[in-house]
Amino acid sequence: MTTPPLTRREEMAVVAARLLRPKERVLVGVGMPNLAANLAKRLHAPDLVLIYESGILDANPETLPLSIGDPVLVRDALATISMLDLFSNYLQTGWVDVGFLGGAQVDRRGNLNSTVIGPYDHPAVRLAGSGGAADIAACAQRLILMLPQDRRHFPARVDFVTSPGHPATGRRPDGRGPAWVVTDMGLYDFDSTGEMRLRALYRDETVEAVQAATGWPLAIHPHPTRVPPVTPEEYRALRALQQARGGPRR
Amino acid sequence: MQWLSAAEAVSEYVKDGQTLYLAGFTHLIPFALGHEIIRQRRRHLTLCRATPDLLYEHMIAGQVADQVVFSYAGNPGVGLLPVFRRAVEQGTIGIQEWTHFEMVARLAAGAAGLPFWPLNTLDNELTERRPRPRVQSPFTDDQVAVVPPLVPDVTLVHTHAADDAGNLYVDGLLGDIREAVLAGRQVVASVEQRLPAAQIRATRLTLLLPAFRVASVSVEPWGAHPSYVFGQYDRDTAFYRDWDERGRDESAVESWLDEFVYGLASRADYLQRQPPGRLSALREAAGQ
Repeated sequence: MTTPPLTRREEMAVVAARLLRPKERVLVGVGMPNLAANLAKRLHAPDLVLIYESGILDANPETLPLSIGDPVLVRDALATISMLDLFSNYLQTGWVDVGFLGGAQVDRRGNLNSTVIGPYDHPAVRLAGSGGAADIAACAQRLILMLPQDRRHFPARVDFVTSPGHPATGRRPDGRGPAWVVTDMGLYDFDSTGEMRLRALYRDETVEAVQAATGWPLAIHPHPTRVPPVTPEEYRALRALQQARGGPRR
Repeated sequence: MQWLSAAEAVSEYVKDGQTLYLAGFTHLIPFALGHEIIRQRRRHLTLCRATPDLLYEHMIAGQVADQVVFSYAGNPGVGLLPVFRRAVEQGTIGIQEWTHFEMVARLAAGAAGLPFWPLNTLDNELTERRPRPRVQSPFTDDQVAVVPPLVPDVTLVHTHAADDAGNLYVDGLLGDIREAVLAGRQVVASVEQRLPAAQIRATRLTLLLPAFRVASVSVEPWGAHPSYVFGQYDRDTAFYRDWDERGRDESAVESWLDEFVYGLASRADYLQRQPPGRLSALREAAGQ
């Protein structure tokens, strides 16, 4: 049997899954965050609590949903609650440990843009907007950001601050805010001043290539490492998750 | 509460220039009622929804709206909303934009009859452009950001069932539905089925809204297609995926509206036009 290698996007999901700890409450978006969170649940964190902003508490999806309101998320969930209940009484009060966010642009402070490319009043590209992203960025205990890395996605200044990162003056005083950035080139954390910092590279990447894909002079950890390769166990869990085609539950 | 057809309900309760909220986050989106609004060519509406979704794509293309009030203008799980995007980029529609939390907080204020609703989140570029005032707590030193109430003239909703009295019942994902119906001055509902109260109370369907808050109910099977009704039929993800391409082409959107909205007298005709096997597959996927 052939075993096709993981795409870089799939590898990003594996790297992000490793950042989740057992029993954490994770607010999950569609796409890579969804893959990452469901993968962690099938590996080292089976008790991970998946929360979706549509109002789903402790989802246990059999298959990967297309959207965050899909029926597969509801079928084995602990509960469905109203969005007001979720945002007011769980997110706002700090009960969400990890928020996952993507976007069109991120800057060195972890400010994210998912609203517009170009000026707001005369947009070159009108994007989807915040949804819950700005609320999640404000209230989750820590954030994992996931974006492909190039100069378009990593500009010196984002066109619009949809979800604020660390202030220009230093890290967020409440200890929250962006903790990790997972890209298709490397893994980043934020240093004591709140500046994004290269922490680890995928095996075939170089610091030069990563810098060339970044719109500002990149801070680099004193001892950057290599992202450990995907293990056979991680590989199998990811493929199983993608190939799951469970029929409807009755 | 009165039992009306969808056409009668829209004709009686939806007027030009009103502020409408067609509720439902991915789930239970009232497509049948929205299509009826297009068919009756209402104009100058302010359309509110946390997630405009494909329903507001159809309604914007049908030229019923002057303004959209929203918090996430994406095609869930697929990408962007091409009709909305074109209208905003070309400046042919006004927008008023919030976060999800702010949207449901605005509805909560409207539902509770309060002049504002407090929330504890950070300022961002949206709140710089559209200042979000803070009020001083009379009890502590805290300052809290507040948002204004949202009170739709009409909230339109699709639910699993109504009993004979017109009480509305739902199951599964709630999203923004509960706040939206409670905030609406009038509530116009369509339902999958009308059932005896005793049968509803024997199941796990929960009350969404008592009949005394409901203006009218219309029985519209498949009234939420291509979104879904939990336990009844699944989401038509192929339709959502196909829209990504169809929506980019103005003439393709026009001909879709001609075929599936303007050219039809009712929802029953719409169902007749679906590709063979599509609807039964969605029923089966929901475990029916």
